[in-house]
Amino acid sequence: MNLGRTKKYVFTKVIDNYLIGIDKAYEFTVRFFREAFKRPFHFREVINQCFEVGLRSLALITVTGFIIGVVFTKQSRPSLEDFGAASWLPSLMGIALVKALGPLVTALICAGKVGSSIGAELGSMKVTEQIDAMEVSAINPYKYLVVTRVMATTITIPLLALYCSFIALYGSYINVHAEEATGITLFYKSAFTSLSFLDLFTSLAKTIVFGFTIGIIGCYKGFNATQGTRGVGKAANQAVVLAMFLVFLEEIVIVQIANWIRYF
Amino acid sequence: MENQKQGHIANRNEPVISINGLFKSFGELHVLKGIDLNVFKGENVAVLGKSGSGKSVLIKIIAGLLKPDQGEVIVLGKHVDKLQGRELDELRLRIGFSFQSSALYDSMNVYQNLAFPLTMNSKHLGSNEIKDAVMEALDAVGLPDKTGQMPSDLSGGQRKRIGIARTLILKPEIMLYDEPTSGLDPVTSSEINELINDVQKKYKTSSVIITHDLTCAKTTGNRTAMLLDGRFLKIGKFEEVFDTNDEQVKRFFSYNFIQ
Repeated sequence: MNLGRTKKYVFTKVIDNYLIGIDKAYEFTVRFFREAFKRPFHFREVINQCFEVGLRSLALITVTGFIIGVVFTKQSRPSLEDFGAASWLPSLMGIALVKALGPLVTALICAGKVGSSIGAELGSMKVTEQIDAMEVSAINPYKYLVVTRVMATTITIPLLALYCSFIALYGSYINVHAEEATGITLFYKSAFTSLSFLDLFTSLAKTIVFGFTIGIIGCYKGFNATQGTRGVGKAANQAVVLAMFLVFLEEIVIVQIANWIRYF
Repeated sequence: MENQKQGHIANRNEPVISINGLFKSFGELHVLKGIDLNVFKGENVAVLGKSGSGKSVLIKIIAGLLKPDQGEVIVLGKHVDKLQGRELDELRLRIGFSFQSSALYDSMNVYQNLAFPLTMNSKHLGSNEIKDAVMEALDAVGLPDKTGQMPSDLSGGQRKRIGIARTLILKPEIMLYDEPTSGLDPVTSSEINELINDVQKKYKTSSVIITHDLTCAKTTGNRTAMLLDGRFLKIGKFEEVFDTNDEQVKRFFSYNFIQ
């Protein structure tokens, strides 16, 4: 009887904590919009963070983007050739890489690299009282640490996604060129002809949302880190897992909204 | 009595910190159960107590980092728990907080650590004025040659000193020290104690020194407050506090004495 009660208590406590966590994350996100448009603005720190985010992920995105372009082209060619549609390869690559793979791959790489790094950095600052030290020096740590980082990821990740798509298309072009000696201008023109303004706009909107999500989750987990160094590791890990999960969720929602707009 | 602190005399008429009926709990854990304390202008009060007795919680409430559940905390005439935004920031500029872990910013060198609060709060200052202020604060803690070093390259004692220098740069009226000698060897601890007294004399600060180190309490405190089970058992001169039959206080004293 007692054991049953205890189990019930533990279960309700888990639900309580889960709901409280959602409320805290919501408050944390709403605070961003309250603080982002208030003075003082730390433009220099935003630029520093943009540089950090971009530099941290650029090499990995270049290599991954190129490989995705090559591999996806290699794997798509036989299927298209079966239908005599190999000439549609640039169009298929344009749609696949710019609309879906470029933004998604960039977001996943940045969730891993940037999200974990922000989570660990802020988590470490939290457990070593550096965030408290800012607060007692009359410096708003949310504004200086969170707003600047979230702005940086929101600005930089769309640019990285665009870069990733171009590099992936270049990888695809190298593969196509090896088989058919197609010119680069013709390849890129064919790739982009099949894309509408809505496709490009959706792709951009998606990456802005991904960038914001990665930044805010990394900051939220880091800012709320507890339990010393163990908590720092946990914050970094949770930042990656949660950001990746939300990126997939947002991908579904945004694609669905774009499809509704397309058929409306 | 040789080690008795020879600090300057506190002005008993002006409490700069006034705490009345302070309660604070974390869930089921009741940390502070009715704290009353006055800290007068120019006075150093050492708060002694076991680890986990709520000493750090007390100064975090004074600095406005934590909200009390009940009771009032008046610092420099302002109710800290009722202040928000700019008003709280203005008060915080008048309070210096030296953290147990020093809390130096890892990503900045010593110069940047000291200049940071100044550049963020005094936008009108030029680089030369900031440089002068940094050098003055570093001179005050006896480390003028460490400007280019990263916090990870400093020893524990040096980190504590730089942490104190970073608070001094804003010329605070009140200093809050959280375990200033913890983790330091006796010689370095004694240097930090001297530094706390020097800061009191040079900057005319009033201080609350949280510690479990009896030597630190005796050397730096004009008065000592013994925190036990969430309440102050006794507040007075160091010798008066330990002139008691309370077993816990006796044990606390004898353990430190043997050490």
